[in-house]
Amino acid sequence: MKNHAWRPLAVVIGAVALLLLVRANVVPSDFGVNGENFTYGFHRKGSIDDWKAVQIKYKGREYCRECHEEKVTENESSPHKVIECENCHGPAIEHPDNPEKLVVDRSRGLCLRCHAFLPYPQSHRSEMPAIDPDEHNPDQACADCHNPHNPNLEAM
Amino acid sequence: MSSSRRKFLKTAITGGIAASLPLSAFKLLSPAEVQASIGDDKVRWAFLIDIQKCVGCGFCVKACKLENEVPYDLPVSRTWVERYVVTKDGKSHIDSPEAGRDGYTSAKVRGDDIPPEEITKAFFVPKLCNQCEKPACVQVCPVGATYQTLDGVVLVDRKWCIGCGYCIMACPYGVRFFHPVYKTAEKCTFCYHRITKGLKSACVQACPFGARQLGNLKDHDDPVTHTIMTQRVGVLKAEYGTKPQAYYIGLDERVR
Repeated sequence: MKNHAWRPLAVVIGAVALLLLVRANVVPSDFGVNGENFTYGFHRKGSIDDWKAVQIKYKGREYCRECHEEKVTENESSPHKVIECENCHGPAIEHPDNPEKLVVDRSRGLCLRCHAFLPYPQSHRSEMPAIDPDEHNPDQACADCHNPHNPNLEAM
Repeated sequence: MSSSRRKFLKTAITGGIAASLPLSAFKLLSPAEVQASIGDDKVRWAFLIDIQKCVGCGFCVKACKLENEVPYDLPVSRTWVERYVVTKDGKSHIDSPEAGRDGYTSAKVRGDDIPPEEITKAFFVPKLCNQCEKPACVQVCPVGATYQTLDGVVLVDRKWCIGCGYCIMACPYGVRFFHPVYKTAEKCTFCYHRITKGLKSACVQACPFGARQLGNLKDHDDPVTHTIMTQRVGVLKAEYGTKPQAYYIGLDERVR
């Protein structure tokens, strides 16, 4: 056969070989059908481990108890026991190493998340002990009068 | 000599068949590999949301953003809380300021004062990825960067995502967004790093009222599964056929 037939064929074979070579090097070996089927499970398997390796930042009440037993116990006898420590104190992450000190949110806004009155009958929100933030000591911090760990209106 | 010819033919045919069989046909699979290929039969994560219990405090959104390193002050979030206020004239007033991150502290909806006597019903609806059984977002990915794990969670491979945004368009629930830092598609993972270690998702843990719960549908002793099986629950946009796995108690037809 003449050269004009062989030359383009060589180019095509070369291109395919190059593609396969690049593909073999670039596509990770764990790439394939790793889930239930091709439609939903075609992926790089290592990605699952990447997601599992995300750092846990919210450690939960029991982690806090390890050092702050007294505070946690005090809180547990109050209506505020349903609130996780870290909701107000911020995520522990690696506390006490990093961060050494947690920044507590003492703003009125934090308390008003639940305790600003909203007239919503189909939601438990309307049953919360609530105030009108514009009427109820608007310039004062809630924690000046109320103990957030154990809010007791009768003892006030 | 005739017998040796027959022998030769026999050998040739058997050899031919054996040679045409790929080696992989004889590969022995370990039990783990078989298990992986037919699916993990022990876990299927699902979410249960009780709308009546939600008071709109937004602690879930705050916890999610901090736990999953979603930029706190940018208008993106993996989960959010919507407020629905329906008035006597039949109108729905819906808002979700900052995704509900700072809670709902004012009765004003989008700046409008709604008199309490005009309200017929009002409630909060937490939303997050439905971890669909047939996720449209996964089907459309052109590079295999998003997928469903065997326990039913849809994840994004940040190293493989090219940021084309098809999945963001394909999701009927609008739960996907473009991550401003990683420049890839981003979505709720049910806190995969937590639930695979036996912890609750950050939003579930942060919810003071138990409005958000996570359960394993394949464990019939799981209280969440029990509720889904025995109580009246609804899902969002069932008509899309994606088989969402976030179940709602007290769902209203106005919630889309």
